[in-house]
Amino acid sequence: MSLYQLSRLLFELNRDRALQDAFTADAAAVADRYALTEEERGAVLQPDIGLLYVLGVNGQILMHFAAFRQIAWADYLQMMRDGVRQHGPVRDGVYAMTSGLDEKVAGV
Amino acid sequence: MSLVFTGICSHGPGITGRADLAPPELRDPFFAAYHAMRDALHATKPDAVIIVAAEHFANFFMNNMPSFAIGMADGYEGPIEDPDWLRIPHRTVRGDAALSRRIIAEVQQTVDLSYAEEWKFDHGIMVPLSFLDPENTLTVIPANINCQGPPLAPLARAWAFGEALRRAADAVPERIALVATGGISHWPATPDSGRVNEAWDREFLRRWALNDRALLTAYTDAETYADAGQGGFEIRTLIAAAAAARGPGTVHFFAPIPIFSTGCFIATAEIA
Ligand SMILES: [Fe+2]
Repeated sequence: MSLYQLSRLLFELNRDRALQDAFTADAAAVADRYALTEEERGAVLQPDIGLLYVLGVNGQILMHFAAFRQIAWADYLQMMRDGVRQHGPVRDGVYAMTSGLDEKVAGV
Repeated sequence: MSLVFTGICSHGPGITGRADLAPPELRDPFFAAYHAMRDALHATKPDAVIIVAAEHFANFFMNNMPSFAIGMADGYEGPIEDPDWLRIPHRTVRGDAALSRRIIAEVQQTVDLSYAEEWKFDHGIMVPLSFLDPENTLTVIPANINCQGPPLAPLARAWAFGEALRRAADAVPERIALVATGGISHWPATPDSGRVNEAWDREFLRRWALNDRALLTAYTDAETYADAGQGGFEIRTLIAAAAAARGPGTVHFFAPIPIFSTGCFIATAEIA
């Protein structure tokens, strides 16, 4: 578990256009610069938004990664619900899910 | 000269980014209250506006996280987010490094503070500015309280930061306005996004309007997390504003607007 490293990758990606271009060209090479577990690396490369959420990535970082990957807001919310359904409760951080798996608080 | 204005407001990125998805009967009065705050702010003719924000990993990260920070540059860029996502065009906001330096020096008398000569504005500052300064005429000094990466400074220290900002504002010859932006209860960027604890929010705003230090700083982070979500940690900025103003507050608007992922509020306080 290296949530800090995983978060740092996404944090740097969110704020650095050059890194975004490098990621678009060769995501695996960018991921290799960070000390990630296989699970974390896979979640970034797929990308598996639901698993990234369950691993504990702060939502203020994750939502921008989702937007960068062209994922619409409603789909982003659903991917997190699906992630909890598939991988179980959020394992770390302060962004745990408190609503039901099929609850759509804001209607989306 | 002195502190001339204190106001608080919501800053969720959905407020601009998803404005078209909100019910007009909720959105329009909220935006009208924001515009009234803009007029009240500009009427005080501030030389600079300190914006006390709770940024979301635009500048500060867990590699070196300051509890309290103030910008010290002659200009700031924003938004850091995709302008199409946030629906706020990119702008350069005017700063005043020399004024920042004087304010920082005074705040440092009582608060351990980081300063930053580079600072990119995220939605936490850009959403308020899009309403409060559509013409981009204000001089802005950004301030930040870490509300994202625990451990977080206790609420009493957020109050003390506000007291220090007031002292600093009163110590410089310029007219200083203060705007603090944060959430009350909200669970942003989670599947719970849109959940709002309206009763908790109303109670917090009641305490804020009373300017009651003991009541405002009585929440533990565990209570806030349980009742108001991780977004509730941002009450630190609002508490700092109360400490700076010292006077009673008036809540001009409050309504949960789920598609904006937060209870939306506009309030101002008397400078006492
Ligand atoms: Fe926020």
